[in-house]
Amino acid sequence: MSEILDMGNYGAYVWSSFGLTLIVLVACVIQGRNRHKSVFNDVRTRIRSMEPE
Amino acid sequence: MWTFFHKLASPPHFYDLAAKFIPWFAVIGSVFVIYGTVAGLFLAPADYQQGDAFRIIYVHVPSAYLSMMAYMIMAVSAGIGLIWRIKLSHAVAAAAAPLGAWFTFLALMTGSIWGRPMWGTWWEWGDPRLTSELIMLFLYFGYMALRAAIDDTAKADKASAVLALVGAVNIPIIHFSVEWWSSLHQGATLVREGGPAIQTGMLYPLLAMIFGFTFIFGALLLGRVRTEVLFRERRSRWVRKLVLPAGDLG
Repeated sequence: MSEILDMGNYGAYVWSSFGLTLIVLVACVIQGRNRHKSVFNDVRTRIRSMEPE
Repeated sequence: MWTFFHKLASPPHFYDLAAKFIPWFAVIGSVFVIYGTVAGLFLAPADYQQGDAFRIIYVHVPSAYLSMMAYMIMAVSAGIGLIWRIKLSHAVAAAAAPLGAWFTFLALMTGSIWGRPMWGTWWEWGDPRLTSELIMLFLYFGYMALRAAIDDTAKADKASAVLALVGAVNIPIIHFSVEWWSSLHQGATLVREGGPAIQTGMLYPLLAMIFGFTFIFGALLLGRVRTEVLFRERRSRWVRKLVLPAGDLG
């Protein structure tokens, strides 16, 4: 197991590259979803405010 | 054929169709990336010169490839929007920019992390490949800042499209930088005369990663284009129907 983590002494470089990539990809998914939700809610609020009661 | 394109470019149709494609793209992309990661980290043999450090290629090359692909999508869509005034293409350009910036960031970071053990430095100022990729990051930032600074969407589309097209000159510079000038960066591995310079046990996981990343990028891009379309069409009837709950239509 430690041999796998060690990556021939390059473990820190290899794992940080893969870890960072995973974090950025997940962040992209979350950022996209949050933005969609906030735009959706803004548009809804705007349309509601224009509706005659 | 043309009716298909015409229908595709219609915002409500695109909005629904994209929602159907996103989960498929995400699943296909994830399957290839999971295979590529496992095979790249554990099954592919270590490089005879770089040892296990070469495995960074499996995240670095797909990121770098997509950083440029995103720019080309952005510039071409912006150009199409400018010439043919297709609204959807401006939405695609605007959606591609933040993703392109993220993948450029990843390419720079993973390249830097790879450079430290191989070249003995995190960064080399003036190196053509590194510098041109960094310039692309600033082009994305400039594009997004310009859009954010202009309230009128149509004006923002036009101004940012010009910036995207002018900045596209940087793309061939990035690609050919390792041939035109001396660079710390190694030459092309895959797209080169005489075929890929990599053995199949190392090649297949790399191709899987590139393929998988492309599908994940596609899912992310479609999602962001939907958001753009929703905002741009906020005054239309179909959006009104979409955002108001069924009983609320009045």
